[in-house]
Amino acid sequence: MSASDDRPAVPAESPSVDPPGQGAATHTTKEPENRWSTAFREIVGGSWGVSVGAVLLAILAGSILIVATDENVRAAAAYFFARPGDMLSAIGSAAGDAYAALFRGSVWNYRADSFADGIRPLMVSLNYATPLIGSGLGLAVGFRAGLFNIGGQGQMILAAIGAGWIGFSLQLPWPLHMLLAIVVGMITGALWAAIAGVLKAVTGAHEVITTIMLNHIAFYLLFFLLATPGLLQAPGSANPKTPPMQSSAVMPKIFGSGYHLHLGFVLALLAVAATWWLMERSKLGFTFRAVGENPRAARVAGIDVGRTTVWVMVVSGALVALAGVTQVLGTSTTGFSTDVDAGMGFDAITVALLGRSNPVGVLGAAILFGAFRAGGATMQAAEGIPIEIVTVIQSLIVLFIAAPPLVRAIFRLPKPGSAPRRKAGDPAKEVAA
Amino acid sequence: MKLELRGITKRFGSLVANDQIDLVVNPGEIHCLLGENGAGKSTLMNVLYGLYAADEGEVLLDDEVVHFDGPGDAMEAGIGMVHQHFMLVPVFTVAENVMLGHEPTRAGGRLDLEQARAKVREIADRFGFHVDPDAIVEDLPVGVQQRVEIIKALSRDAQVLVFDEPTAVLTPQETDELMAIMRQLRDDGAAIIFITHKLREVREVADRITVIRRGKVVGEAEPTSTDAELASLMVGRSVELVVAKGEPQFSDALLEVENLEIVDRDGLVLVDDVSFEVRGGEILVVAGVQGNGQTELAESLLGLVEPSSGSIRLDGVELVGRSVDGFLREGIGFVPEDRSVDGLVGTFTVAENLMLDRLDGPPFVKGASLQIGARDEFARRAVEEFDIRTQSIHAPAGRLSGGNQQKVVLARELSRELRLLVASQPTRGVDVGSIEFIHERIVATRDAGVPVIVVATELDEALALADRILVMYRGRIVGIVPADTPRDVLGLMMAGIAPEEGSKVA
Ligand SMILES: Nc1ncnc2c1ncn2[C@@H]1O[C@H](COP(=O)(O)OP(=O)(O)OP(=O)(O)O)[C@@H](O)[C@H]1O
Ligand SMILES: [Mg+2]
Repeated sequence: MSASDDRPAVPAESPSVDPPGQGAATHTTKEPENRWSTAFREIVGGSWGVSVGAVLLAILAGSILIVATDENVRAAAAYFFARPGDMLSAIGSAAGDAYAALFRGSVWNYRADSFADGIRPLMVSLNYATPLIGSGLGLAVGFRAGLFNIGGQGQMILAAIGAGWIGFSLQLPWPLHMLLAIVVGMITGALWAAIAGVLKAVTGAHEVITTIMLNHIAFYLLFFLLATPGLLQAPGSANPKTPPMQSSAVMPKIFGSGYHLHLGFVLALLAVAATWWLMERSKLGFTFRAVGENPRAARVAGIDVGRTTVWVMVVSGALVALAGVTQVLGTSTTGFSTDVDAGMGFDAITVALLGRSNPVGVLGAAILFGAFRAGGATMQAAEGIPIEIVTVIQSLIVLFIAAPPLVRAIFRLPKPGSAPRRKAGDPAKEVAA
Repeated sequence: MKLELRGITKRFGSLVANDQIDLVVNPGEIHCLLGENGAGKSTLMNVLYGLYAADEGEVLLDDEVVHFDGPGDAMEAGIGMVHQHFMLVPVFTVAENVMLGHEPTRAGGRLDLEQARAKVREIADRFGFHVDPDAIVEDLPVGVQQRVEIIKALSRDAQVLVFDEPTAVLTPQETDELMAIMRQLRDDGAAIIFITHKLREVREVADRITVIRRGKVVGEAEPTSTDAELASLMVGRSVELVVAKGEPQFSDALLEVENLEIVDRDGLVLVDDVSFEVRGGEILVVAGVQGNGQTELAESLLGLVEPSSGSIRLDGVELVGRSVDGFLREGIGFVPEDRSVDGLVGTFTVAENLMLDRLDGPPFVKGASLQIGARDEFARRAVEEFDIRTQSIHAPAGRLSGGNQQKVVLARELSRELRLLVASQPTRGVDVGSIEFIHERIVATRDAGVPVIVVATELDEALALADRILVMYRGRIVGIVPADTPRDVLGLMMAGIAPEEGSKVA
């Protein structure tokens, strides 16, 4: 990982606001003399500390909610001064039971009789994570290039239209049919995103505005296609829903029919590797990052900023589209309707933020969110804790990351870029003794 | 107020940027800090200003130990600083910037902008500046932005003033005015620290001189020292202040600029009917007071601005109308005027910056992929050869000292196969030792038969490098004269007055 990885992904700190190269002097640093905080800083290191800190704080806040709404805790609180131990143990068991259920529902069901059943929750988590990986990567690529692609919803819808139409209407053998559907879906999603890129490159229209508008257009386009017989609507039905996918277009389950996890997860992992390569090792990714960090210097270096913007949107859109494709060809293959994106275009923002716009980080963040979703259901079923608690935790994560100074202050983290980060074994040209 | 720094040590990881530095600045004294790029001057000032916490040592004001938790505290204590890289909010007005940090308020917490405006006017009048309190800072030329920084520093009645390379971006006239202001402040009893790489300025205003090398104080120098003495003290070896160069040996290469006209968005003519030729093997210096069209002229030579008419031909090939990439592919090396904005991506590593404009093929790119090995290998060589002081080739370029950032840009542009070199202010902010080296490299490029254009606002630089000097005024060429033209004639030409012999074309 190069040092350029750890720039903040929050678009509010985009380079146009804060010209790079203003040097260290712009960063106000307090370096505490306290060795504990120094040690702590070394452990959490850089901006990853903010991600971990944000998750921990959010879970802590979630625990407070769980505890505060727990019947037993409230009952014990009534006689707190008489027997404080009761309340403390009620608190402990409320939070403990909740997180035990969360774990049981998302990672390993220790109450199951067989390994096959025990591991099922993890499979469910990974399945939930699959579309978040693709869409999170798409957002991350945009962030690194200084673009805020809020158009995930629209791009996923267009991907679903493309892939879905191929998936149910054509007659082709597997895997050709599936591959064709995947490719077409990614292309339609990418082209949809490219519209925003072209608008930005040619007219300077801000991508946040245009992608939001394109979301609406995509939504109503799909609505229209689904409501009009002969287009996407399932024949002989009045519901705004497509026909199911042909089995030759469906992504196979990875571990047999016992688990939901499908090929889409493998594709998402490939996308992680491909995105890493693209951003760190390819010429195109280099231009993406250069334009994102300092468009003026990029221009002087002969990089066509407008064209690069379009390519960023194409790549970002294609990755988001992968999420849409895996939804219709893998997760729910019985046809889709206008809610096909399931809000994932927006969850992707959180995932990309939490993952620090780094492909591997995005993978981790997506799996974490997948686990929250899977575990939240169990928590609701087993402990009666509303699944909304998971949404609360996710929202708090965004809040804490979008307000890094707060997390930094609480955890006394240095501002990224202010403290030197040494890499062992660097062939450094040492200055001074 | 008397300022004393005692045993200041500041480390960045394993790098000791300041090593047990002692410094005393008395009231009514201009104290010059001299030192190579990366010697630790700005770091020391940032410690003083509360931007960095020192690892060891203390700051004393009037013999009392003070402790600053941030610039706010330092300002409170009467310290003002004009930073090497401006710290103004570009979208704020002058008055808003000046009051930022200690906003005067009226009843109910409303900002008292009027008071800030009055303050700006008062200070501007005192020193004879012309600054509009309601102008937006980003619209102002750098020289004026600098003044805003000064006004900001003075608005808090600072008794200790730090000027960190304030003159790097100023024209010689502006520099003279600034030095007059500094003297005036000194005579009013302020303690002033002045950092510069220009020895002429040091000799002119310094009461005392302290030299820092590699984070340590290496000694004091007398203001009466010669340039050569100061230079060798700074760098630790003797330095050639003027690079030896022989008569130009012309090659067949040729840059022809004909009837070039550049008009800005508002229809203002920035470059007006400019024609000249540069032959391979000669250096043409474009001189003039900044803002007379040199910037745009230089930028048009890389396709960054599109001329409204005229032609640019390199070896007979028309370049106007091509993309920047199209210019670069012709083998044009370009050193932009403002390195931190146009020359570098601050968050990219030194190695990445060294290949920033070389993405069109081997050795750094093969097919679609970057050649990390070739990049790092080249970076290591460039760092060695250009003496770029960095902790590692993987350190973000924005963290390098100002002069070292400049060397990164130069290393990149001079290391490629060149057919034309256009360098704007190539030695801005660079120490004397590195100036010597950079001048040598530019002369070597010329001697390799490449046409070279250097844009200079500094007469010393113009005279040191030029085979011929083209002087611009208000977008027009005043004249193209030989390098041995007397300084006063050049000075008049820069003010728009053509030399008596007519605009003699050398
Ligand atoms: N925030 C930082 N993190 C890591 N290293 C730093 C930081 N700031 C400065 N340095 C390093 O400390 C050294 C001293 O830098 P400083 O900016 O003080 O030099 P300088 O004397 O002002 O040089 P110049 O004349 O080029 O402005 C340099 O090697 C620089 O790379
Ligand atoms: Mg400096």
